Amino acid sequence: MGVEEKLPSGILLTTVEKVAGYARKTSVWPATFGLACCAIELFAVGGPRHDLARFGMERASNTPRQADLMIVAGRVSQKMAPVLRQIYDQMSNPKWVISMGVCASSGGMFNNYAIVQGVDHIVPVDIYLPGCPPRPEMLLDSIVKLHDKIQNMKLGVNRELEVQELEQARLRRLPLAADLAASQPHTGPTLLGTPASLPPPGAAPAAAPGATAGQPAAREAGR
Amino acid sequence: MTTDASAGGPGGPSPGADTSEGAEGRVYNVGGQDWDEVVRAAQEAGDKTDTERMVINMGPQHPSTHGVLRLILTLDGETVVELRPVIGYLHTGIEKNMEFRTWTQGVTFCTRADYLSPIFNEAAYCLAVEKLLGIEAEIPERANMLRVLMMELNRISSHVTAVGTFGLELGATTVFLYGLRIREKVLDVCELITGLRMNHAYVRPGGVSQDLPAGALDAIRELIGVMPQQTAELRSLMDANPLYHARTKNIAYLDLAGCMTYGVTGPILRTTGLPWDLRKSQPYCGYETYEFGVPTQTSCDAFGRYLVRMDEIDESVKIIAECADRLASAGPGPVMVANKKIGWPAQLALGLDGLGNSPDHIAHIMSQSMEALIHHFKLVTEGFRVPPGQVYAAVESPRGELGCHAVSDGGTRPYRAHLRDPSFTHLQALPAMTEGGLIADIISAVASLDPIMGGVDR
Amino acid sequence: MSEATPPGQSPPGEAQPDEAALAGQQRLQEQVVRTGMFGTETTGDTSGYGGLQVRRAPLPSTPRPYGSYFDEITDALATRLEASGSDFGDAVERVIVDRGELTLHVRPEHLVEVARLLRDELALGFELCGGVSGVHYPADTGRELHAVYHLLSITHNRRIRLEVSVPDADPHIPSLVGVYPTCDWHERETWDFFGLIFDGHPGLTRIEMPDDWKGHPQRKDYPLGGIPVEYRGATVPPPEERRSYQ
Repeated sequence: MGVEEKLPSGILLTTVEKVAGYARKTSVWPATFGLACCAIELFAVGGPRHDLARFGMERASNTPRQADLMIVAGRVSQKMAPVLRQIYDQMSNPKWVISMGVCASSGGMFNNYAIVQGVDHIVPVDIYLPGCPPRPEMLLDSIVKLHDKIQNMKLGVNRELEVQELEQARLRRLPLAADLAASQPHTGPTLLGTPASLPPPGAAPAAAPGATAGQPAAREAGR
Repeated sequence: MTTDASAGGPGGPSPGADTSEGAEGRVYNVGGQDWDEVVRAAQEAGDKTDTERMVINMGPQHPSTHGVLRLILTLDGETVVELRPVIGYLHTGIEKNMEFRTWTQGVTFCTRADYLSPIFNEAAYCLAVEKLLGIEAEIPERANMLRVLMMELNRISSHVTAVGTFGLELGATTVFLYGLRIREKVLDVCELITGLRMNHAYVRPGGVSQDLPAGALDAIRELIGVMPQQTAELRSLMDANPLYHARTKNIAYLDLAGCMTYGVTGPILRTTGLPWDLRKSQPYCGYETYEFGVPTQTSCDAFGRYLVRMDEIDESVKIIAECADRLASAGPGPVMVANKKIGWPAQLALGLDGLGNSPDHIAHIMSQSMEALIHHFKLVTEGFRVPPGQVYAAVESPRGELGCHAVSDGGTRPYRAHLRDPSFTHLQALPAMTEGGLIADIISAVASLDPIMGGVDR
Repeated sequence: MSEATPPGQSPPGEAQPDEAALAGQQRLQEQVVRTGMFGTETTGDTSGYGGLQVRRAPLPSTPRPYGSYFDEITDALATRLEASGSDFGDAVERVIVDRGELTLHVRPEHLVEVARLLRDELALGFELCGGVSGVHYPADTGRELHAVYHLLSITHNRRIRLEVSVPDADPHIPSLVGVYPTCDWHERETWDFFGLIFDGHPGLTRIEMPDDWKGHPQRKDYPLGGIPVEYRGATVPPPEERRSYQ
């Protein structure tokens, strides 16, 4: 990205990170990707009561080239997914994504053929914001959390170290109950569905037990 | 075009623009004071070779297309020669999803179709279900009054957002802020009554989900008190604004014949002079008992539609005032049909852990009435069964005639629930309204149609 | 039932069977439209309701008089059809008056003529068409796909419904774009979702689904397409696989 990426780790880099983080978080321009009902609540956040201008973010950049933050507000249909990815690709670094609402975070109530079950299938998401639609105050809260994240983002060498640490932490993470259940076959009917709809036992889940920590290359790198 | 200083100076243009064919294409030598010549030469050149028409893609992500609407424009300079709308970018499969849920659960799905005025989707769907059940006459009066109240509140918030975003798209951000200020007040009242700002799922088959909470009538009266002044402020920004007139008068013209051809209803139809309003012609939910007018204009253009919407806000305020008076004087009463096999059983109350079944209701079903427990159980797990048949119920939504075609096969789920959305039909008229005009007029045209893509794509 | 005598006739030499038994026999002759209470066979069903068979009555037709303005409309339509050379019984298969609404089941070949008459005749005057809605009845062999048109008369403040049924094997219906141009997008949507082909449509392409989508999503044999949802270690199957009442 620039000179800051090449600084050696140390006091200088941490100072630069703080300054850069502060500058970035206070000058975020959203590329509003208002799709459905959440877009209306997004308008409301830009309105006079919940004022997005308090962050300097009321200037929604209609061109993705000048935007920093993509707020995916609403359900993403199969037809819209490539457009979403194209807009995301057109944004220049550094960029962040808030998936606003349950439809953007996970498909929401529309668990069907037409809706992408979560925009994290398409773009990497920084903040997931639940709600149907989330109240404007909730969106402001998510923006504040994002600002925190931006402020504390590491640069250059520190970033690479951070990524490695995150990856190791994921590898060490204890398995969820589903992984346990999946590894012990259960053939009878359950209240929640047949075993056919559960992930088959032995399928490699995303976070393997810590015993196989020595194969980071086989896992997807943490963000 | 290259500028050749020696080709001629002011006061002495060479007859016929100096053109030559270079490696990079046609080259025009411009000396000054010869603009007419240059344009003429370019047009002649254009006639000989291919027409200089550009195909421009507008959307689906575009600040001015009211949602994910894609417009493919063929332009001749600034004039739109052909406009093709492409939709489907918000298709959610709402109708198919409803086929896998009970009749009551279908409300939460259909409410998200036309998401700017969600109550109307619910109302159309519930009217259809009630028609199928045959219980239209048994809907309690209080439920009908609450439905009318919520519908008119939604109408105000929808029109105000339409006008506000119209201003935003034309570049007038102040209009947007004034509009949103009004909308926030209306949504406050909606939240007080239904629990949600949007997508309320308030109207249920058989009535409404809950009665007015304490303090709601005062909040409504307060809202009605401030509305005239606030709408007057909003109007003052645009009614006599010469810029607004220039952008909207005689723009996006669609007369009565055009409306009939394209099946256009709602404010657009009323701007042609025809006072067709389903609330008056085929009333539902007791609308025939309310005093309100149907505003019309005769200009058939975007400005007329704006005026019709603003006048409709005033009429809605009148209806809400009447509703508030009636609700106050009617006294407490049921808001769900009396038939326990259909009416949603729960009486909700706010408890320590949020909104849930009231302790009275729980005591009733657990210790007082076995039948009530059975009804509660059956309704919540299975839902009620609707006799087979099909109906079509329509309401007058802020955009036009919103209809629901519901087919039942005798089961607990809709066999088919189709929403006839006004925005879907109106977008077909967009080429007729914009072809031959300028690009900037497309923005006015789309905004004056006020399409909501959730309803278009469902 | 393996009786030699059709229902409604008593075997020779026996007393007249009573009405209830007759009704029962007739009911058993009707086609089965749905089996099972829970609509899914994913779990072991010990309730016994898996064997439930829901039957549909044969196609009804309302006898005259229809009531309200429906008689007027059907008479006017019949007169105009006869005047233009067609027979009312040919064009209109059945007339149903149900829940205060009139439905004319029109044969596909006569759809355009009937629609044109409904629009142009002053006595009928149905200027506005609310569009086409498709319905898929897979149990109705030979008439699986229905296209439903809702017409509105502003002059007379009336509504009417036209319904056309075609089989899956030959899903062609003449397009009404020439009569009601508003049907343009509605017919495209119905083609997109049901596979109904409207002959004569200026450009019958997909409108809601992506252009290269395969299948027609709102047909009953097209899956809802949900995925199992995982939450805090538990998995919930998608709606069409869940065991829930139908």
